[in-house]
Amino acid sequence: MNLHEYQARALLKTAGIPMPDGDVASTPTEAESIARRLGGTVVIKAQVHAGGRGKAGGVKLARNPGEALDHAAEILGMSIKGLEVHKVLVVPAADIASESYLGLIMDRESQKPVFMVSSAGGIDIEEVAAKTPEKILRLPVDPTYGLLPHQALTLAFALYRDFNQVKAAARIMEQLYTVFTSNGCSLAEINPLVTTPAGQVLALDAKVVIDDNELFWRPDLGLLRDDTAEEPSEAAARRANLSFIKLEGNVGCVVNGAGLAMATMDLVKYYGGEPANFLDIGGSSNPEKVVSALKIITSDPNVKAILFNIFGGITRTDDVANGIVAATRQFKVKVPIVIRLTGTNEAEAIKILEAVGMRALSDMDQAVEQVVRLAREAA
Amino acid sequence: MSIFIDRNTRLVVQGITGREGAFHTRQMLEYGTGVVAGVTPGKGGQQFESRVPIFNTVADAVRATQANCSVIYVPPMAAAGAIFEAADAGVPLIVCITEGIPVMHMSRVMPFVRSRGARLIGPNCPGLITPGQSKVGIIPGNICAPGRVGLVSRSGTLTYEVVNHLTRSDIGQSTCVGIGGDPIIGTDFIDCLRAFQDDPGTDAIVVIGEIGGTDEQNAAAFVKEKVTKPVVGFIAGQTAPKGRRMGHAGAIISGSSGTAEEKLAAFKAAGISIMRRPADVVELLRKRM
Repeated sequence: MNLHEYQARALLKTAGIPMPDGDVASTPTEAESIARRLGGTVVIKAQVHAGGRGKAGGVKLARNPGEALDHAAEILGMSIKGLEVHKVLVVPAADIASESYLGLIMDRESQKPVFMVSSAGGIDIEEVAAKTPEKILRLPVDPTYGLLPHQALTLAFALYRDFNQVKAAARIMEQLYTVFTSNGCSLAEINPLVTTPAGQVLALDAKVVIDDNELFWRPDLGLLRDDTAEEPSEAAARRANLSFIKLEGNVGCVVNGAGLAMATMDLVKYYGGEPANFLDIGGSSNPEKVVSALKIITSDPNVKAILFNIFGGITRTDDVANGIVAATRQFKVKVPIVIRLTGTNEAEAIKILEAVGMRALSDMDQAVEQVVRLAREAA
Repeated sequence: MSIFIDRNTRLVVQGITGREGAFHTRQMLEYGTGVVAGVTPGKGGQQFESRVPIFNTVADAVRATQANCSVIYVPPMAAAGAIFEAADAGVPLIVCITEGIPVMHMSRVMPFVRSRGARLIGPNCPGLITPGQSKVGIIPGNICAPGRVGLVSRSGTLTYEVVNHLTRSDIGQSTCVGIGGDPIIGTDFIDCLRAFQDDPGTDAIVVIGEIGGTDEQNAAAFVKEKVTKPVVGFIAGQTAPKGRRMGHAGAIISGSSGTAEEKLAAFKAAGISIMRRPADVVELLRKRM
C-alpha cells in the first residue's frame, strides 16, 4: 500500500526525523491559511500516487498566501496520470546547499532490509543505480540485530564530511530504520535529504510503501488507505477480497491463482487479443466472489467478452459454476462468456452449467482462442 | 528417485485441526503420504481421524514419531512462529503453505532456519509432490504421474496447468516443487535445479517463473554453468503493467527490472527452451529428451 507524501511525513516526524513544518490542505483557503502561518515562500505539492508530479504541473512555488490560494486552486481537482488530486501539501521552500538520496528497501535477494544512500540525490535513483551503481552505497541490515551504530555512521560518512552533519545523518538513518521496521514497510525513502546553508540536515520529501500483508494486524495503518486515489473498480475488488488490476483491453478474465491469471492474460495476447484486467479469485471456493468478480468486470464498458479460466485444486469448480449461474440470475451479462474449467468436481460443474444452457470447455488454448474471437467480432 | 520427499518422508502437520489443515491432511493421507503426527497446541493426546496422533508442540511430535518433514497450514499471524518452532525442533524440511506472512517476519525467520540447518520451502506455496510416493502440501495428486521430469515453479494453479499437459501426454514427473510467490522464500530455483541435476531419477527440468525480482535470471546463469540436463522454461506476466503487484507479493515489475523480456532473454542465453504458452511444454520436452 502506497502512502501519500503527507502521511509518510507524519510517520517520519513521529520518529523524530527533522523536516520543515508543513500541513495538508483539501481546499485553496486551507492552503492559503497554512501558507500564512508558515510565512515566506512555500511549495504546493499535489498528493497523488503518481511519479512525475512536478512535470505534470502538480508542484508549484508560491511567494505569498495569495499565490498559495491560486496555485492550490489550480492543482486541486487536476488530473495527474488519470488520478484526481484531492489534497495538497503546503511546505516552506527550503534553501538547499546539497541534496542526497536515502532509502531503505526490503531486498529479496539478501532477504534483509537494505539501505541505499547516494550523494547524487534529488533525482531518479533508479537511473543512478542503472548507469552509475558506484555512486550508491548499499548496506544490508541483519534484522536480528537492527542497524548497528557503526553501520549508521558508515552510511552517513558516505554523504557528508562535516562531522556534525555526519552525526545528524546517522541519527536520521537510525530513525528511518525504526520507521521501516515498526510500520512493516517494504520501502521508506527520503529524497532528497538536504543540507541547508546553515548546515542543518533535513528530510524534504518522503515516500513510504507498506507491505500489504502487515495490514491484517495493523488496522491503524489500513486507515491511511485513500480509496479515492485508486481506480474505482480496483477499490471495489479489494473490498470483495479479489486481486484485480484494470488494463486497457477488451477481454475480461476471471482466473484462480495469480500465476495462471498472468499466463491467461499472456495467452489472450498470444492469440491476438488484449486483456481487460488481471483478476485472481484466490484459492477459496466462494460463489459470492464469482458474483463480485463478474459485477466488477461487466462494469467496464470496454469489455466485449469474458473468459473464466479455472483450474480446480482447492478451488472447487462446481462452486465457480454456481457463482456464474447466480450472477447471471442477479444481473444481465450483455457480453458473451466463455468458460474453461477443469479439476476438482468438474463433472458437477458441467452439469450445473448445462442445466442453464451454458457450456464449459476443458482446454485453456481453445477457450482463449474462442473468447478472443468473440471479443473481436463484438468490437 | 526424486528430490526432497519420497516414500520415507515422515510428515508432521502443523495446524492439523484447522479447516485447511484437516482438509489437506485427509487428501495427503489418501494419497499415501506418511503423515505421522499433527500439532495443535492444547490438543495434545488427541487423534486426528483416529489414525494420526496430535501433539502440543513440534518437538514432542518429533521425539515421539521421528518426523523428518513438517507442513504448515496455520494462519498468517502464527505462521512465522510455526516455522521457528519446526526449525528449533530440528525438522530438516519445512514446507509453509500459508499466504500473507509479512516480509519483515520472513526476514527474521530465514537466518534462524539457516542456523538450524533446515530447508524451508515457501511460504505462500502449493508445496511439493513426488508422484506415487508422497505429497506435502496442496498440489492435486490426480493430475500428476510418476516419471522422470522435474518441475519447479513460483505459482500454484499455473503449475497444475503445466503438469496436467505433461500427464495427459504420458510424461511423468520425478518431483514437482512450488517454491512460492513471495519476495522472501526459503528455497529458490537454484536449490531445486541443483537437486534435480544431482537426482539420477530426473532426466529433464521444467522451470516456471514469473515477473518480479531476479530469481529467474540467477537460475538461468546457474543452468548455463552447472546443469547438463535439458531445461524448458516459461515466464508468466508478459502483459503485466509496471509497478503493479500481480497477485503474488513478489510479482511486481519495479522500474525496468523484473520484466518478462529480461527473464526470457536470460533463459535464451542459457540455452533454456522457451515455452510461449503452457501447452508448449510437451513438444519442447520431446524435442530435448
